[in-house]
Amino acid sequence: MTRLAIPKTYKLYIGGKFPRSESGRVYEILAKKGDFLANAAKASRKDAREAVVAARAAVGGWAGATAYNRGQVLYRIAELLEGRRAQFVDEIVQTEGVSVAAASAQVDEAIDRWVWYAGWADKYVQVAGNANPVSGPFFNISVPEPTGIVAIVAPQAGGSLLGLVSVVAPALVAGNTVVVIANETMPLSAISLSEVLATSDVPGGVVNILTGSPAEIAPWLASHADVNALDLVGAGDLDWVDLQIAAAETLKRVLPPENGPDAATPSIDRIVAFTETKTVWHTKGLI
Amino acid sequence: MTSSQLATRLAPRDRTLALLGGEATDANLRRYLHGIPGIDAVGLEQRAADLGSRSIKTTSKKWALDTIIRLIDLTTLEGADTRGKVRSLVGKALTPDAGDPDCPRVAAVCVYGDMVPHAVEALGSAHAAGTGDGIAVAAVATAFPSGRASLAVKLADTADAVAAGADEIDMVIDRGAFLSGHYGLVFDEIVAVKEACRRPDGSHAHLKVILETGELNTYDNVRRASWLAILAGGDFIKTSTGKVAPAATLPVTLSMLEVVRDWHRLTGEKIGVKPAGGIRTSKDAIKYLVTVAETVGEEWLQPHLFRFGASSLLNDVLLQRQKMTTGHYSGPDYVTID
Repeated sequence: MTRLAIPKTYKLYIGGKFPRSESGRVYEILAKKGDFLANAAKASRKDAREAVVAARAAVGGWAGATAYNRGQVLYRIAELLEGRRAQFVDEIVQTEGVSVAAASAQVDEAIDRWVWYAGWADKYVQVAGNANPVSGPFFNISVPEPTGIVAIVAPQAGGSLLGLVSVVAPALVAGNTVVVIANETMPLSAISLSEVLATSDVPGGVVNILTGSPAEIAPWLASHADVNALDLVGAGDLDWVDLQIAAAETLKRVLPPENGPDAATPSIDRIVAFTETKTVWHTKGLI
Repeated sequence: MTSSQLATRLAPRDRTLALLGGEATDANLRRYLHGIPGIDAVGLEQRAADLGSRSIKTTSKKWALDTIIRLIDLTTLEGADTRGKVRSLVGKALTPDAGDPDCPRVAAVCVYGDMVPHAVEALGSAHAAGTGDGIAVAAVATAFPSGRASLAVKLADTADAVAAGADEIDMVIDRGAFLSGHYGLVFDEIVAVKEACRRPDGSHAHLKVILETGELNTYDNVRRASWLAILAGGDFIKTSTGKVAPAATLPVTLSMLEVVRDWHRLTGEKIGVKPAGGIRTSKDAIKYLVTVAETVGEEWLQPHLFRFGASSLLNDVLLQRQKMTTGHYSGPDYVTID
C-alpha cells in the first residue's frame, strides 16, 4: 500500500521558540528537480524586529558567560550535528541536487568548522588582545569584547549548511547574539540547525533564524538602530551598497559580500570583526 | 429624585446621602453597593479583547503615541529612590526625547511623599497643574502601598505631601476593611483623606483613589469599590499600586470606565480613571485609549480625566515615535536609562 507523505510547514526560530511568521505568509521549498518539498515561513520586517528584541535580551547572558563555558556550549552543538548527520545529508541531497558523497563531505566540513570555532572561544582574546607598552608605571591592556547583535545574510549559493555555519559560528564565539536570514531557496539546513539549537544548551535568543526573502528583510536589519553589526556575506545579489549606507547611519560594523566556494573561509578575522577593543590602564604595584 | 436634580441641586455630600437613602453606614452602603447589577465576567473580557483588536496605524498611531505621552504619570516608587533619581525623572518628564523638541511632555511625575519637595524644586517654573505645558506633582500617600496604618498616620501622610506642594494625592483604600464588608470604614477614610487634601487657600489637591484591583478578586468587587470611591468624593479612580500582581488589566479598567460613564449619566460629573502597573508597551497603551474612547468618549482622553501610571511605558512609546519619524527601527541605546 502506498503511503501518503506528510510535507511539513516549517516555522521561524526566534527567542528559542518556533513562531509562525507574524504575516502568516509561507513559501514553497522546492527540490533541485522542482518537486515540492515543504513549506517555510516567509518572515516579515516585524519578525525581524521581534528577532532583534529576542537577541538583545540574550546578549547579557551570552556575553557574560565565561569563554570556557561558551566554548563548551558551541562544542555541544557540533556533537548534536554529528548525531543528526543523516538528516542533514538527506536534505542537502534533495535541495542542492548533489551526490550523497558531496553532501556528506559538506556536513563533515560544517561540523569540523563548528568545532574549530568552538575551540577559539577561550583563545581568541589571547591572540587579538594585547598588553601595550606605555611610557609610565602602568599596565595598558587591550581586550576584545563582543559588539552585541550581529545581523547576517547567510550565503545564498550552494553549500547551504556549510555557508550558514561559516557565518553563524564565528559571530557567536566572542559572545555576540545573531539574527540570520537563511538561504532563501535552500533553507532546510538552517531550519534543521534551529531544531538542533533548540535542543542544545544555547540560551534562547542567542541565535535567531529567519527564513524568507533577504531582499525584503535585510534593509530593515541594516537600518535597525539596535543591531550592532552586519555581515553581508550572502548579500551579493542585493543592493548591498545601500545596505552599507543604511548601516553607516548607526555606525555598525559591516562585512562585505563574498562569492564563490571560498566565501567565509574559517579565520580568526571573522571572530575579531565583531568585537570592539576595550583598553584599560592599571597602575603597576610600587614594590 | 431625577438625575438633573442630582446634578445641580445638591452639594456632593448631600447627593451621596440622597443616593444612599441615609447616612453612609455599613448597612446603607451594603444595600446600595450590593444592589448594583453584577458583572458578566465572560462578556466583559470578550468586550475588552474585542476593543484590544483594533488596528491603529500611520497618522492615527502618531496621534495615539503623542496622546499617550501627554497622559503618562511618570512614576518612580522604589525604596531606593533618591533626590538624584527624582531629578532625573523630572528631567525626563520635561524632555522625554532629547532628540525631538516637538515631543510632548508627560502629565505628571508620581513619587513618594518625602520626594515631593525635590520634584517641585526640580520642576521649577514648569510646575503647574492642569495648564498647557505644566507638569503636576503626584504623591502616593496613606501608607502606600499596603495602607496598613492608623487613620491619623494616613491623614498626616497626606497633609504633609499636600503642604510640600503635591497637586495630586494617590491614596490606597483599606482592602481588608472592604473585603470584610466594612464599607462605612472605607468610605469615611476616603472622605477624611479628601479633607486632608485641602490647602489653606481652600482649594483641593486632586484625590486619586487606588482600589488595588489585584486584591479585590472579582469584577463585582471592582465595580462596588469604584462606586464607593466615587460616592466618597474621589476625583480619580486608579486600578493598582503597581506592587501587586495582577496590576492593571484591560477588563478591570473597562469595568471601572463603565462606572465612570454611569456616574456621568447620573450626575453629569466627570471622574478620572488611571490604570497603573503592567502597561509596558505602546501596543497595550493604545488598547486602553481605544477602550476609553469607546466607553466614555474621546473627551476623556485628557490629562485631567485619564492617566497612565507607568515608568517603562514612556521609553517604548519614544522608540515607536522614533520609528515613525525616521522610518527605521530604533533601539534602547536611543532613549534614556531609567
